[in-house]
Amino acid sequence: MEPLLTIKDLTAGFATDNGTVKAIDCVSLSIDRGQTLCLVGESGSGKSVTSLAIMRLLEFAGGRILEGSIRLAGNELTEQTQRQMIRIRGNQMAMIFQEPMSALNPVFTVGDQIAESIRLHQRKRKSEAKVMAVDLLRMVGIPDPETRARQYPHELSGGMCQRVVIAIALACRPELLIADEPTTALDVTVQAQLLDLLQQLQRELGMSMLLITHDMGIAARMADQIAVMYAGVVVEMGSVEALFDQPAHPYTVGLMQSVPSMEGERLSELHTIQGHVPALHAIPAGCRFHPRCPRAMPRCTSEAPPMMAVGPQQQAACWLYDDRASGFAAAPDWDNGEAER
Amino acid sequence: MNEAITQEQLAAAAEPSWGGGSEGAAVSKSQSSVLPTSKLPQRPPGLWRTGMSKFRRNPYAVAGLIVLLLFIGLTALAPYIAPYDPARIDLLLADAPPGTGNHLLGTDELGRDIWSRLLYSGRVSLSVGFAVAFVSVLIGTLVGSISGYFGGWIDVILMRFVDVMNAVPLLFLNILILAIFGSKFSYMILVLAFTSWMGVARLVRGTFLQLREMQYVEAARAIGVSNTGIIVRHLLRNATVPIIVTATLMVGGAILSESALSYLGLGIQAPATSWGLMLSNAQEFMLIDPLQALYPGLCILMVVLAVNFVGDGIRDALDPRKQRVVERRGWRAWSRFLRSKT
Repeated sequence: MEPLLTIKDLTAGFATDNGTVKAIDCVSLSIDRGQTLCLVGESGSGKSVTSLAIMRLLEFAGGRILEGSIRLAGNELTEQTQRQMIRIRGNQMAMIFQEPMSALNPVFTVGDQIAESIRLHQRKRKSEAKVMAVDLLRMVGIPDPETRARQYPHELSGGMCQRVVIAIALACRPELLIADEPTTALDVTVQAQLLDLLQQLQRELGMSMLLITHDMGIAARMADQIAVMYAGVVVEMGSVEALFDQPAHPYTVGLMQSVPSMEGERLSELHTIQGHVPALHAIPAGCRFHPRCPRAMPRCTSEAPPMMAVGPQQQAACWLYDDRASGFAAAPDWDNGEAER
Repeated sequence: MNEAITQEQLAAAAEPSWGGGSEGAAVSKSQSSVLPTSKLPQRPPGLWRTGMSKFRRNPYAVAGLIVLLLFIGLTALAPYIAPYDPARIDLLLADAPPGTGNHLLGTDELGRDIWSRLLYSGRVSLSVGFAVAFVSVLIGTLVGSISGYFGGWIDVILMRFVDVMNAVPLLFLNILILAIFGSKFSYMILVLAFTSWMGVARLVRGTFLQLREMQYVEAARAIGVSNTGIIVRHLLRNATVPIIVTATLMVGGAILSESALSYLGLGIQAPATSWGLMLSNAQEFMLIDPLQALYPGLCILMVVLAVNFVGDGIRDALDPRKQRVVERRGWRAWSRFLRSKT
């Protein structure tokens, strides 16, 4: 079966005074129906640009899709005009934002905002839409939805607001939900509740989800597939089991090790990856990660590695696997690698 | 102020009834004890409600509103109140002092009743004031919102046009246009509106520049709201408060401009009359009968002051950042302060 969303060689960037900078370069992803793809990576790695590009909202943020294709359910999104996109956005795909409080318009009641989303894509009378809005609020687990529908965003807590944002996004039963760090602004307990809610709704509605996060814990919990991004490129991709079991790319390994562990010595220093993400206009030649990579080879400085299969359900863009790519060799012993460093 | 009141009522009337009539707002007090009411506390008062209470606690604004309503009421009822036809000439009773016969404020050099003329003039001046404010806010909001929302070259073109308009000496432009096309009442309103929308445009543009970066705009786009929808439904609603305030303040400015034009003889033409025209007539007789100039002048002064107080009051009342009305010192506080110094 064809995946719901297929992104191929997507390159997008921003025009600056010194020419165009590419925020993402040749990103290829795909999401099957009903599946969750987690996009992980540190700040500035191009996760949000990818999501905005899929929604075709990048143009409004001053960016541009330069190359590549985005197919949603057989529909080429890069060829749609903005006028056509208006019918697709919110209907076939919807988006949840990071800050629930600021994603809601302060002068409308939350019920009105949900009803607006319904009325944009469905022929419904105002009264019908309002009843549907209350149902949606009930669906996302807001107690006393009739009263809440009449309240303004500032009268609700952050978690409630995020539930409202989810209700707005799901108003037209989209096939694809893009969630851009949906729980970053919330505290941990609310985070857990919302993730449960998202998972439950995803199962009920059978939608696909693109979840953007920098939290490996969330990724492990929510994802079917994980794609790791670094400096605008996907460096590793695979099923959640394979990726957590045997991370292949040195960057993924570094990310995994930076997650604080419940076990082990309490006072030990947190692991960090040296250096930081390169600026968009000063991206190193060859593999973009090589200046920070503990296992960099001479080849890494000159040639950019392509995606190579490193396991049955796992691909990584790293020269370490060049000779072994065909044989699905076991991942190298990373503990030794770290010790040497 | 009229606009603010009607807006408030509209907002109240448009209050949606969620899930039918069983909701708190629609239920009368006696019923609410029977029906299972929500456990949640009563909704905190909305922007308009708090605004009204803050407005009421501002004595300047309330006084301004009363004066303004008084003027509107009197001029609206002019045909019933005015004892004489404002254009009736009675040369036998010219320049009569106040209180002569039935002439409350006396008569002018042609024996026309000043009180009646003031009432009828007020109709013209006030309607010019409100009409000009309305039209120029309309133009200004349109230009400003397009300019601020789209930005880029659209913004550059529109704002340079505003700059050009601002650089033209507007009084002379008004004079020129009215001299060419004749000074009909409707022309005057349009001419005044076309030369006073720039401030509104700049204000709305500035507000939109700030508002369009809000995340709810992006969120609205993400559910498929069109540009027009975002401007009209989302951004304009958020910019209502500054727009209402400038609209109010513009009324005063428009009345003054009308007076200036009429004073120069380019505005209202006799036998119709306006406060500015009355002032202009009275200047010949300043030394003989200064009261003739005082009455219309006082009317203009009071209306413009009242409108400005009301405008300030609305701004303070609807600005959520300004939570408390500044306590004005009463006479007692002042005397205590003065005594403490000595």
